[in-house]
Amino acid sequence: MTMTSTFDRPVRQYNFGTMSLLVFPATALLLAFLVLPTAVVVVLSFTDYELGMDGLRYIGLSNYSDMLADRVFWQSVRNTALYVALVVPGSIFTALAVALLIERRRALTRFYKVAFFLPVTATLVAMATVWEFILHPSIGLANHLLKVLGVDPVRFLSDPDWAIVSLAVIGIWQSIGFNMVLFLAGLSSIPKEIDEAAALDGAAGGIDRFLIVTWPLLGPTTLFVTITTAINAMRVFESVAVITQGGPNKATEVILYSIYLEAFQYFRTGYASALTVVFLLVTVSLIILQMRVADRKVHY
Amino acid sequence: MTDIDNAAIDATGLTKQFGGHRVLGPVDLSVRPGEFLTLVGPSGCGKSTLLRLIAGLETASEGSIRIAGRIVTDAPPRARDVAMVFQNYALYPHLTVAQNIAVPLRMRRLSLPQRLPVVGPLLPRSAATLSQINDDVEQTAKSLGIGHLLSRKPAQLSGGQRQRVALGRAIVRKPRVFLLDEPLSNLDAQLRVQMRSELVQLHRRLRVTLIYVTHDQAEAMTMSSRIAVMFAGEILQIGTPEAVYDDPDHLKVASFISNPGLNTLPFIAIANTQLGCQLGAMASASPDCTIAFRPEACATVSSGEQSDLSGRLIFCERFGAEAFAHIAVDYAEHPIIARVEPGNAARMSCDQLVHLSLDVSKLFLFGSDGSRLRHQRRAAA
Amino acid sequence: MVRQYSPVSSALAHLVLFCGAIVMLTPFLWMVITSFKTPDEVFLAEFQLLPTKWGGTENYIAAFTEAPLLRLMVNGAVVSLSILVVQVIIAAPCAYALAKIPFRGSSALMALVLLGLMVPIQVPALPIYIAFAYLGLLDSYTALIAPFSISVFCIFLLRQFFKTFPQEIIEAARLDGYSELGIVWCIVVPTALPAIAAFSIFSIIAHWNDLYWPLIVITEPSLATPPLGLMMFRQSSQAGGNIGALMAASTIVIAPLVIAFLFAQAQFIRGLTVTGLK
Repeated sequence: MTMTSTFDRPVRQYNFGTMSLLVFPATALLLAFLVLPTAVVVVLSFTDYELGMDGLRYIGLSNYSDMLADRVFWQSVRNTALYVALVVPGSIFTALAVALLIERRRALTRFYKVAFFLPVTATLVAMATVWEFILHPSIGLANHLLKVLGVDPVRFLSDPDWAIVSLAVIGIWQSIGFNMVLFLAGLSSIPKEIDEAAALDGAAGGIDRFLIVTWPLLGPTTLFVTITTAINAMRVFESVAVITQGGPNKATEVILYSIYLEAFQYFRTGYASALTVVFLLVTVSLIILQMRVADRKVHY
Repeated sequence: MTDIDNAAIDATGLTKQFGGHRVLGPVDLSVRPGEFLTLVGPSGCGKSTLLRLIAGLETASEGSIRIAGRIVTDAPPRARDVAMVFQNYALYPHLTVAQNIAVPLRMRRLSLPQRLPVVGPLLPRSAATLSQINDDVEQTAKSLGIGHLLSRKPAQLSGGQRQRVALGRAIVRKPRVFLLDEPLSNLDAQLRVQMRSELVQLHRRLRVTLIYVTHDQAEAMTMSSRIAVMFAGEILQIGTPEAVYDDPDHLKVASFISNPGLNTLPFIAIANTQLGCQLGAMASASPDCTIAFRPEACATVSSGEQSDLSGRLIFCERFGAEAFAHIAVDYAEHPIIARVEPGNAARMSCDQLVHLSLDVSKLFLFGSDGSRLRHQRRAAA
Repeated sequence: MVRQYSPVSSALAHLVLFCGAIVMLTPFLWMVITSFKTPDEVFLAEFQLLPTKWGGTENYIAAFTEAPLLRLMVNGAVVSLSILVVQVIIAAPCAYALAKIPFRGSSALMALVLLGLMVPIQVPALPIYIAFAYLGLLDSYTALIAPFSISVFCIFLLRQFFKTFPQEIIEAARLDGYSELGIVWCIVVPTALPAIAAFSIFSIIAHWNDLYWPLIVITEPSLATPPLGLMMFRQSSQAGGNIGALMAASTIVIAPLVIAFLFAQAQFIRGLTVTGLK
């Protein structure tokens, strides 16, 4: 009866001293390392500031107009979009298939889960190094195998047409396990009775049941997984920084790598800030979309 | 536990508001040292709020609280030296029974560095204090019959055992004030009756000032030295169980402290009877007053004899040792419940006309606002 | 209900899953195998699965001597553990206050936390870098640890967990004499160990594996974290082309987390997907 009453209004007893002891460190650090810097990025994006320079000048939207006129910027947007467009379906459909197959098995499921999830835990820089070696044009494992199949060797990383695809394959390889686990959670939340009802209603085969029951009920999970994967794919950085450095010929220049170069290699801070603001806006809109989806997931 | 150190509690003009809505008060309450006082009332009447104000878990909106003469109105709970047992026991789930009981002692007898894990026990004088704490914990646990459970975690205990651990944690530090918030409501019926008597014995042994909150009138009647009946945030009556039962100040008090229920009738129902004439002088002052009596205040009489009320029997509840006849009477909103001999009950049949005579000395008259019309005694005398 | 599958479809499913698992594991296997090969065999134009000559010893010695591998691992452990400890110390009291105590500004703070969840580290990185540059903090452990001292995710996660903690027990603790900080550390946190364990795994993996921030603030090889050190080693060894040693170094860098994962699979999966499952 009185359980809820404590929560209605501030209680005198929790005086300023107690509260600040609990909340102040976190709030201060939150302001110092998140809120303030983010605000500063927005402000800097309207200036011509360069690190090491003494002063800065307000230049309005010129960073943004420079950006829109920059061929490299559009190249990086295209590359990032292409990367996301490859990784999202590739990772999701593989993960869904694996989850469906694992869910109905008893034997060996632990081994399968470990095998598919292992890349999620492994340091991506190390694995990118390994992938680079595997995709090496002459001594890489991939071309060795192609040779066995009688296919001519492919310059996976130095051919501009192939480079972003190769990185996407690494991205897919790395994210399947994570999505598989989310799909397994989604599958386990589907009531078994519905599946049984569908079976009694005559949905005999696995494909029938998948289309009638599993896929529709998995809809919210799928939507959620899609956006999560998209957000993560948008932040691709390690494989580019380690393997291609944006090359060949800007074929793998992605947004985050552009920001890194502009901000920390060329020190064009103002321009980098403008890029960062765009990156932030896209991320935030995706996350808001994700929250909407997550909200709906509760009710469906 | 021979040295008795109990405290008086005085609350004056106490109110509590939540979001502009007053849920309590103004309340004035004096609890005598060593008393077993029960706050009883329906849920939402403010009894738990009052208890929590005394404990310091809530802060009063107005008024003051004194414990042992010291004003503690704004003091945090730990500065009040009160112990409390909660409805759901509130045991620390990650600690064993022994550790749970030891917590209040550790907090009081050990300094902050001494309480630290690993290094704490190594500090000077820690060892002696810790072994003293262990002894006290063991002694308390034994006195409550849970000595064999000391190494268990709360999740491994039954409801009754958890209840005893919660009691142990509260009494181990010999508090001057002991507060219990519906402590028995989660136990099954049999255990509840057993715990009632154990709590009374515990109180007799400790002689601590004890405030007990319950919505169960049976608990209130059987355990306490005094009970305070609360309705809508106010104390309507405070007194010994007998006084409250035999001489209720308010219609709500009388009806709450009644089992199976209080019979009420508008005065006009008996206005023309001999009883009505007897009470008429008093009732005339307040024409729409209510007459109330308990089932044991009326008896069935045969049709020839002088009767005060009559009506048709609609239902007879037989409990073996006693029985209650439910009788539909004109003007009465609810059937009148009369206690009858089980033997008589067996002979009664439904729809039969029943005549009742009332015991005037156990009859209460309440005004239209529910307050007791007191002239009755004088009028009867 | 136990559904009966035909042996054929079951065998087919196992075949698909098994092949998929092998594909997923290939990079790991190839990495380990290559780390045992001599340079001659690594550069062989013909495909050869297993080494014929043992080059493992040399490769691993090279990895430890040519790259400051031991130092990298120590740095990685110090940095990721320090970050974790500081994050929990800072976040737990705040999460407790947000979950259990009504106070002025609590909803504003909560809104800030939720907004913070949306901002990727790459956004505040720029001004923090500038500030650290002016303060002379670049190339230090402080630079690696400080920006991650606040984890809004940790606050969010712990708040969710603390909200389910019974108010009665907190009140009992107040009566028993605990201060609010005492309640956080002695009562609430010990019962939130599953949530903290999940967060620990999440946090340690994130910061052990992170490249972006160390790459920005660290140029001194002796302060590098494992991914950054590996990248530096890769750039220096590519001229020499000592791929065997590079694979050996990669094996060592991923070993701690992979081994830990194999021993506590369920906890790892929970810890890593806690972001997605909420």
